[in-house]
This record gives sequence, structure tokens and C-alpha cells, in this order.
Amino acid sequence: MTAAPAPRRNLLIWGPLALFGLLVAFLFVGLFRDPREIPSPLVDRPAPAFSLATLHAPQKIVSTSDYLGQVWLLNVWASWCVSCRVEHPLLMELAKTNVVPIVGLDYKDRNPEAKAWLEQHGNPYALSVVDADGRVGIDWGVYGVPETFVVDKAGVIRYKHIGPVTVEALQNTILPLVQKLKRA
Amino acid sequence: MSPLRLLGAALAFAAHLAASQALAQPATDLAFEQRLKRLEADLRCLVCQNQTLADSNAPLAEDLRREVRTLAVAGKSDDEIRAFLVARYGDFVLYRPPVKGTTWLLWFGPFALLALGALVWLGVVRRRRTAPEPVHDVQGAVRARALIDDPPT
Repeated sequence: MTAAPAPRRNLLIWGPLALFGLLVAFLFVGLFRDPREIPSPLVDRPAPAFSLATLHAPQKIVSTSDYLGQVWLLNVWASWCVSCRVEHPLLMELAKTNVVPIVGLDYKDRNPEAKAWLEQHGNPYALSVVDADGRVGIDWGVYGVPETFVVDKAGVIRYKHIGPVTVEALQNTILPLVQKLKRA
Repeated sequence: MSPLRLLGAALAFAAHLAASQALAQPATDLAFEQRLKRLEADLRCLVCQNQTLADSNAPLAEDLRREVRTLAVAGKSDDEIRAFLVARYGDFVLYRPPVKGTTWLLWFGPFALLALGALVWLGVVRRRRTAPEPVHDVQGAVRARALIDDPPT
């Protein structure tokens, strides 16, 4: 092998090493990614329309079109959802600031339980609509509760947060986005 | 149990069977069921991500199976049903990701690596073949032997 010219030998040594380095880099980045967070194809698409009865006034029907012209959040929740309790205090804080209306989508829940849950933990929602069979959830690509969507004035989904909203997500992503969309 | 009662029970059972078959008429179509099964085996459950829609017991998987069935009953084609789910959940629901810009590496990367390996292997083989044969200097060996056996004085 001593006959191999220097550049070729370099390639033989450094080539595989570079490939290995690349593999390590990919795996390393992968360590910090949440496999449960699937990028939603709905971001930057019109929010799927729904017309649903509200939790507290079943005869009142609310549609996505009612919110055209304003920025709003859709928060998917349920009384049976354990991690919804984690984000709930944060939603309560957010509701107090009156920055943006939060619409609750009560997902595959029973009304009495849902109402009791809101009474116990507080109600941060401008209103909650009832998606008893989860059909609207499917249209919105919901696969884990809680999920939070930011919808702009034109009724387009601009952001989706999967899992409980964290202080960081709220302060660094959701609120700045809401402010920007409100100015637009 | 008397023979008469036994007969009655058997008749009742047969009637029940017939009734349940009649109720589930569209669903007993074997080809249709097989088609659904195939389709569901190709779709990923979003909750337990390493299971197919067909295998998963997650509530969402049940809902999605029902949705797939409803669409199929409504006469939608397999592609239309897949498109329905992709529009909501992204390519991730497909166990066979579509061939497009972002998935080229995934689809063709292994073949590229294979080709690269073949090239390296060919190179090694060719270099071995063209390398000069080690010289066997028979005459020289004979002369050396002679010199050892009979050193010149």
C-alpha cells in the first residue's frame, strides 16, 4: 500500500472519517428532537371550518368564520387530559392579559365533566366548542391533547404547538407571533 | 335439555346469525374488508408511532379507522383516502413516504451508498490486478544457491 499516491491515501483515511462524523452529527441532533412533534401540513393553510355547539350554551353554534378579522388561539383540551392541567395556569394568565381570545375545542369529552373541570380549574376560554366525536379534531390534524393553534385575521393557521404550552413557547414564539399578526 | 328445546335453541341461533349478517351487509363484503385492511396496514397511527392504523388500539386509531371506512363506503379510492389523511396529518401517516425532493436521500441514499461501495470495491480489485507480479528470479536464486554452497575463494 505504500505505493498509493498521497492524495488518494488521504481520501481513503479522511473520507470514511468524514462520513462517520456526518453520521454522528445527525444522530446528535436527533437526540434533541421530539419524535412526537410531527410538523403539521395545516400550518399556513386556511383553518378547517367547523360549526359546533358551545359548551355552556348548547343552542349557540360557533363557526370558524365568526373569527375572521381577528387573531385567535384554538386550544384543544379535555377534562380527561392530564397534561392539559400542566398548561392550564399559563392559559389562565394569558386570558387575564386579554391579548388574544382563546377558543377551547373540548375534544371527545362529556359536557358535565368538561364544565366541572372548568369550574374547578378556572375557565381561560372566550368560549369552548364541543367536539364530542373528535371529527373536527381529525380535520385539524389533532393527535394528542393538548394542542394549540394560532389563527390569523384571514383565518389561516400560522402556528401549531403540540403538547402543553410552556412559558418559553408562549413568550418566545406564540406571543410575538400574535403581536405581529395583530399588526398585520 | 329435550330434543325439541335443543332444536328451538338451534333455530333461534340460526335466526340470530342470519339477522346479524343481514345487518352488517356492506361490511361482510370480503374484498372490501381486505382492501380496508391493506389500506390500514399502510397507514401510521399518530399516537403509537411504530404501529399501523390496523394494529393500534389507540382511540385516535379507532376514530381514523372509522373515518377510513366511512370514506371507503362513500366510494372514495385508496389514493383519495390517503390524500385525506395526508392533508391533515402530513406525509408522516404514510408508511411508504412519497418520492419527492425532501425524500430523495431517504429513497435513493441506500442505493447511492451501494454504488459507492461497488466503485471502491472495483477500484481495489483493479489495483490488485494491475499491480506488478512479484518477480521470481529463478536464475538468480540458482546462482545464489550455488554461491552459498560453493563460495568463491
